[in-house]
Amino acid sequence: MEKRIGVYICACGGNISDYVDIEKVKESITGENAVLLAKTTMFACGDANQKDMDSDIRKNDLNGIVVASCSPKLHLSTFRAVSERAGLNKYNYVHANIREQASWAHSDDKPGATEKAILLVKAAIAKARHASSLEPIKIKSKKSVAVIGAGIAGIKAAQALSAMGDKVYLIEKESKIGGNLLNINRVNPESETGEEIVKRLSKEIENEENITLLTGHRITSGSGNIGDFVLTLKGNNNPGEDNFPEKEINVGSVLVATGFESYSPLTGEYGYGQLPGVVTLAQFNKLLKGQNGMSFVAFGKEVKSVAFIYCVGSREIKGDNKYCSRYCCSAAIQSALDLSERFPDSDIYHLTRGVRSYGKQELLYKEANRRGDLFIQFPDKEPPVIEEKDDKIIIKVKDILSGKRELEAETDIVVLVTGMVPVQDDNTGSIFKLPRGRDKFYNEIHMKLRPVETAIDGVTIAGACQGPKNASESVNSALAAAAKSHSLVSTGELELEPIVAYVDEDKCTWCDECSKACPFNAISVIEMFQKSIARINKSTCKGCGMCLPVCPTDAIELISFTNKEIEDMIDVLSQ
Amino acid sequence: MSKQAKILVFSTEKISDPAIDMAGLLKLHYSPQVYTIALRCSSSIKPRWIIHAFEKGFDGVFIAADGSDCAFSESCTEKTGNIVSQTHKLMQQKDIDPARLRMAAICSVCSESFVKQIKSFNEYLLK
Repeated sequence: MEKRIGVYICACGGNISDYVDIEKVKESITGENAVLLAKTTMFACGDANQKDMDSDIRKNDLNGIVVASCSPKLHLSTFRAVSERAGLNKYNYVHANIREQASWAHSDDKPGATEKAILLVKAAIAKARHASSLEPIKIKSKKSVAVIGAGIAGIKAAQALSAMGDKVYLIEKESKIGGNLLNINRVNPESETGEEIVKRLSKEIENEENITLLTGHRITSGSGNIGDFVLTLKGNNNPGEDNFPEKEINVGSVLVATGFESYSPLTGEYGYGQLPGVVTLAQFNKLLKGQNGMSFVAFGKEVKSVAFIYCVGSREIKGDNKYCSRYCCSAAIQSALDLSERFPDSDIYHLTRGVRSYGKQELLYKEANRRGDLFIQFPDKEPPVIEEKDDKIIIKVKDILSGKRELEAETDIVVLVTGMVPVQDDNTGSIFKLPRGRDKFYNEIHMKLRPVETAIDGVTIAGACQGPKNASESVNSALAAAAKSHSLVSTGELELEPIVAYVDEDKCTWCDECSKACPFNAISVIEMFQKSIARINKSTCKGCGMCLPVCPTDAIELISFTNKEIEDMIDVLSQ
Repeated sequence: MSKQAKILVFSTEKISDPAIDMAGLLKLHYSPQVYTIALRCSSSIKPRWIIHAFEKGFDGVFIAADGSDCAFSESCTEKTGNIVSQTHKLMQQKDIDPARLRMAAICSVCSESFVKQIKSFNEYLLK
């Protein structure tokens, strides 16, 4: 059948067009063999363009579509769906990645990026010329999910999955659940403490039949794919006991909620580790929680004044942690409110770089101001200086609002409001090969389009392992990840690409090499046309293609990756 | 921009292609003369495709292999290695320097490693 291909080149709102001359790309492919129309578009994924594509396919009876845009990980399924809606089999759609592999990778060389984009689009057109209609393969999926990490995100995700009827393994390496929430005195906007919330949730999951709680367990290995992961777990409750039995679980999806660690200040950073009385926010909360008397006593003296220094280990000018940790401004203000509630005569100073207590947390900020806390904003590049004088801590800080005038205050405790950093023990990330972003937290595929999904099919992420979040934001992402993981396992069936190998019966002389190379025993021998030839079992073939290069007569091809398709693409790319 | 070698990369959809995507996301620049064809698995590369690329004018072919992360089989590393050995023999027969074919395992998060490998390969090919 004669091919009639429509090509759409996306500007991605400037992400592509700032570096790739997309009009030049369009001109270069106009007139290519089988290309009926070529268009540029501001957002190929936008509703307007999708409707345009739908109309073009129907009006021009297109039987091949190419969209040149971002990574296929983001929008392959979007444009396949457009094709289907317009009545075109989705496997006639071919994706060209001109963002991650052209405009962004070569943003330092705009002409080079444009030339590369032209060839990538032409190669996709070459592939589209061979594309044909196919039907997806359906496989069974385990109706169970492993949730790794039982902090607030992991617990809420497990509960949501359980409520939707999935079997859940909630795996926690520590001996008790709760994670970082256990260290929070009071969780805004409620009056409950972190410990109380965990206690309540713990009781709730005890009664959930669908949830198997595995505390004190670490994952030692993971294998398999979406729909069928096998995880090996080992208990670590008894250190030194090497023969602790291993346990194997089989799940359809894995939801990672391994949380965060608090930034640990360097020795000497604002006097930390050198001056008594300089503590982190978590340490201060513990000190405050342990107070039973009428006055606040710590470090062998009565505490009358406390200074909070914000953004320690976050929004760093020179360090790695450029990001804002989001929760710490509100957490510090909450601790200050707890302090003034217990000890109303305390002098409280907040040395900030601009308070970021957004949303309802603004009410905390307002309340702290009302109570008389002193907020001083210091310049980004001129942080406060801490000195010790006569058993007192002296803080010198430049105040932006008074034209950088230096202020000096005497205080008993300095609280370093530390931000979030990724968990240093990357056992889970290593096992599942989870990609990390520039901030070193796990990377979701796209913050708006495919949040909570990772590049690893079937593995979702939730909570602060993906980036700094407060408790309520962690729960939001946990519920999103639970919904996504559930969607993968709920029907017990998944649709896979119909990419399978096939045999050219004329060329095949049956030497058994393909059968030996196949990891899935999908190849057997049959008698046909008075000779022995290889037969591919389509239901067991996984489309890996391992049988292709071992065939001495080149009798095996893989759908969508045939000699013709690959060599035509090479021909184009070599231009 | 100085002259760059033309390199064809065979990546894999699930493992090394995400790493190459992430290199772009992180703006880890490399030569725009590097073109990628994503396959299902690095053990599916036919030597004839590699030879075809050389015959069509590519200076180098880089296999961004699945290595031990292959979702299909533990034997992937060995099988991809066999493909490279087999192709090296064909290259020698055709008087093509075998070092113009290079392979390295690139996991789904190995963006920096990919860029490092490509830069070093580019330098070799320009010598």
